[in-house]
Amino acid sequence: MRPGSTSAACVALLRRDLTLAWRRRGDIAMPVLYALIVVTLFPFALGPDSALLTRIAGGVVQVTVLLAMLLALDMMFRSDIEDGSIEQLMLAPQPLALMLAMKILAHWITAALPLIIVAPLLAGMLHLPSAVMPVLIASLLLSTPLLSLLGAVLVALTAGTRRSGMLLALMLLPLCVPVVIFSAGAVAAAQQGLPWIAPIAWLGAALAMTLVLAPLACAAALRIALDA
Amino acid sequence: MTVPDPANVLLEARQLSFFRQDEPVFGPLDFRLLAGQVALIEGDNGSGKTTLMRLLTGLLHVEDGELLLHGAPLTRQGAAGEIAFLGHQLGLKSDLTPRENLRVTEGLYGRRRGLDPATALGAVGLLGYEDEPVRRLSAGQKKRAALARLLLIPAALWLLDEPYANLDREGIALVNRLLDRHAREGGAALVTSHGAVSFAGGEPQRIRLHA
Repeated sequence: MRPGSTSAACVALLRRDLTLAWRRRGDIAMPVLYALIVVTLFPFALGPDSALLTRIAGGVVQVTVLLAMLLALDMMFRSDIEDGSIEQLMLAPQPLALMLAMKILAHWITAALPLIIVAPLLAGMLHLPSAVMPVLIASLLLSTPLLSLLGAVLVALTAGTRRSGMLLALMLLPLCVPVVIFSAGAVAAAQQGLPWIAPIAWLGAALAMTLVLAPLACAAALRIALDA
Repeated sequence: MTVPDPANVLLEARQLSFFRQDEPVFGPLDFRLLAGQVALIEGDNGSGKTTLMRLLTGLLHVEDGELLLHGAPLTRQGAAGEIAFLGHQLGLKSDLTPRENLRVTEGLYGRRRGLDPATALGAVGLLGYEDEPVRRLSAGQKKRAALARLLLIPAALWLLDEPYANLDREGIALVNRLLDRHAREGGAALVTSHGAVSFAGGEPQRIRLHA
């Protein structure tokens, strides 16, 4: 791999972001702990009625994972903007959208993957039948990158503004709704023994489209945010 | 003054000015930067030195006047990889070591012939600090690490925004030496500073900014 080629740049950037995340492992653990606490509290609040918990398990896990992901979302470009790395990235002779896609991938690996790994544990605590577990994991594997990509565009759009957290949450809400409906819908259908492939396919289609469009939108939004 | 060979003109500004909310920041400005030349941008605080730098990198849009790189209008695609920028924010990751920071640069930009991260760090006097996290370095050492990145990037045009800040006497001499070598290798540099600066290679071209 020649230094300066696009593939070398992708590897360098991905390795940089993963190394940075590893040096601050505490930040990775935080969303996981948050999800664990939320799911642990549900049985205490609703009572140990296993039929009720089984019915809400899929939805609770989905929403918890989504909220836990939001915790880390606005960190995606912040440190890069603060220390000037983003300008160095923009001046590099590399396609910015692809470089941002690498950053989003690194963010998904550090923020969402740990949550997906503990998701079976979370679902087990709420008595989700183990037969439904693969559907839950499949829906999370599609819905979390979708959220990372949509979130990245919004983070880039609000990058120039101070205290963008509130604005970000407000803008992300309508985009989250369909994701939650389809991913929780797949789990609910599987629990009732109904075919669940259709919502999963919808999520896959949305992910395929976002995967192509979101990095481009992200690059354009970030350029506008810094052109001030 | 002889008319410069147009092939040698690296960067040219024609009637360049910049407005922020209809308030003029600077300009109109005309200058030419030839290969092998170092120019000094002078101006008081708030006179638009940093804004001019950001315009030249292509991070800001040119709205008034013309900016030509190699005789063609400056675009992001055209400027990519041609320009190395050292701003107030150094663009170093504080949790990574200088060596790791330069590896990222190497991946993104490629490297200058005959240099690699280790030799670039040696050239700026950071031997022995290669594997220390950047956040533990002093402000001057951070600046030196950023200068090493500048050395490593194979760009012809250097834009240095206040490169002398935080540097000791030895560091200032280092910047001058790097600029001198860069110019002799056919590169060009624009340097902002509000202090008195002397270059080894004689009197530099001066570009004066007025608000």
